[in-house]
Amino acid sequence: MVELDRAETGTGDRELAPAAVEVEHLTKSFGATRAVNGVSFRVAPGEIFAFLGPNGAGKSTTINMLCTLAAPTGGTARIDGYDVATQPNDVRRRIGLVFQEQTLDDQLTAEENLRFHAVLYGVPHADRRARITRVLELVKLSDRAGDLVSTFSGGMARRLEIARGMLHTPAVLFLDEPTIGLDPQTRALMWDDVSTMRTEEGVTVFLTTHYMDEAEIADRIAIIDHGVIVALGTPEELKAVIGADTVDLHTDDDDRALAGLREAGERVERVAEGVRVFTADGEARVPRLLELVGGGVTSVHVHRPTLEDVFLHYTGREIREDEAPAPLTGRARARRAHRR
Amino acid sequence: MSAIPATRAHGPTVPRWHELRTVGMVWERELIRFERNRTRIVTSLSQPLLFLFVLGYGMSTLVGSTGGFDFKKFLFPGIVSMSVVSTAIFSAISIVWDREFGFLREMLVAPVSRASLVTGKTLGGATVAAVQGTIMLVLAPLIGVHLTVALVFEVIGLELVMAVALTAFGVFVASRISRIEGFQVVMQLVLFPMLFLSGALFPLSGLPTWLSVLTRLNPLTYAVAPLRQVVFAVQHVPPVAAARFSATVTLFGYTLPVWLELVMVAAFAGVFFTLAIQGFSRRD
Repeated sequence: MVELDRAETGTGDRELAPAAVEVEHLTKSFGATRAVNGVSFRVAPGEIFAFLGPNGAGKSTTINMLCTLAAPTGGTARIDGYDVATQPNDVRRRIGLVFQEQTLDDQLTAEENLRFHAVLYGVPHADRRARITRVLELVKLSDRAGDLVSTFSGGMARRLEIARGMLHTPAVLFLDEPTIGLDPQTRALMWDDVSTMRTEEGVTVFLTTHYMDEAEIADRIAIIDHGVIVALGTPEELKAVIGADTVDLHTDDDDRALAGLREAGERVERVAEGVRVFTADGEARVPRLLELVGGGVTSVHVHRPTLEDVFLHYTGREIREDEAPAPLTGRARARRAHRR
Repeated sequence: MSAIPATRAHGPTVPRWHELRTVGMVWERELIRFERNRTRIVTSLSQPLLFLFVLGYGMSTLVGSTGGFDFKKFLFPGIVSMSVVSTAIFSAISIVWDREFGFLREMLVAPVSRASLVTGKTLGGATVAAVQGTIMLVLAPLIGVHLTVALVFEVIGLELVMAVALTAFGVFVASRISRIEGFQVVMQLVLFPMLFLSGALFPLSGLPTWLSVLTRLNPLTYAVAPLRQVVFAVQHVPPVAAARFSATVTLFGYTLPVWLELVMVAAFAGVFFTLAIQGFSRRD
């Protein structure tokens, strides 16, 4: 695992507060296979923390252990100071959960679903109505409170689930692949809701995803592969590991361009399509590079490192290679989880 | 982090009566769903009606003279039981749907005991089943079964006992089924044999030994008999009919009193209630 020290322990003043999530050497074996193999990390209160990895990397197994749905076979995990193995009910009271698959009763109204949740999570009777009103406002579903969930679109149902997850003012909101099956517009709305919850309610958000763009909204990202965290840091830190931006230049005379740039002290290499320059802040340096080449440039391409590159760098493959049809996997996994 | 609202629920205190409120809420959900699903109420009446009238009229001609006591009157308490039992099992088995559609997960991850969930589910299913069975009572005048206020209350009480036992049993079964396909198997292999071997549809006296043994092994037998006994108690049953349509169950020549039958049903309920809680308490 790559040590990005500052990121590993949380930044600055956050370190004083008890960790919202604290995981040490967490392991989960199914028979001979280790789905999660000695994972350690901390999440500071108020942080958005993302678990990024392909299907089968151990994301859901980890989240299931953190949510007390699965017992760890080794290591410890604490949520808001409570141990998931020995204090499951204390943990459950302090977490909100949004799963891949919908967990609403669609024969009840939105309000009834929330009331059910409020009672089971012990929201004091006096606060119940106010809390239900508030979370519905936060996800902009107030006008649908009395409607049956069966009349909701997938996106509305998902947002209602986020509202429900926040109903009992949890310390940590867990989102397990929350955007599977949602269209891009709905996904954007959903992330707005999540960020509203963070700013308005100060909740810590722990999410798993295999979408790079979704991981970008996180303060910190852990890349998990084969049950092990292979990298952990802020999106910028992770990208910095890959290194500089690259600027590809097509010119009339690549040899001359290469020589000119090298003479000026640039880090360059010859690639099939032309000349590649490694530099910080590629876009801003394009005019200067053009000047150095001194004309004859036919095209310029600036590439900033993406999480996709980061992922490729650490795992040796692209995340989408082993992506299975999502809804099927979700359902099958849900069944498996229940049977255990 | 502006405007953190009112109180944080994640303090050390758990609201008073939290578990009891949970039982109430799970119970309420069953009632809301029952009330909302009017078509189910109507369709689940159809089968008992079919049995009552088709089987009732068909058999009446075979049974012959019984001093004016109609076979349909004998059948009636059995049909009420049938209605209660199938509704109870159906309600309990809806857990399999909850599992398929994810809502079970919402319940299982909540910071409440599995016992509260199972209790709420069992009481909810039982209430719905007793309501369904009581709706059947409107048919009583049609076939000449005499009702009194006291009888109606007795019937409701016995329906509840029967319904709790069968719902607990159903919840246990549901805790062991993880797929909807298993539901049909349960209905075919458990529900129908239980109903047919319970004395709901025919008298338990004078049966061949093998059949007699099977009926006595069936716990439902001891839930149907008390219901029939209280109904018969306020009807005019001629001696010739009473001999033919025995309402009581005999075990090794001993006629079981109602209280003992109810104790047996309660024991059955207790065993499966406990097993159901265990079934939902597993975690890997």
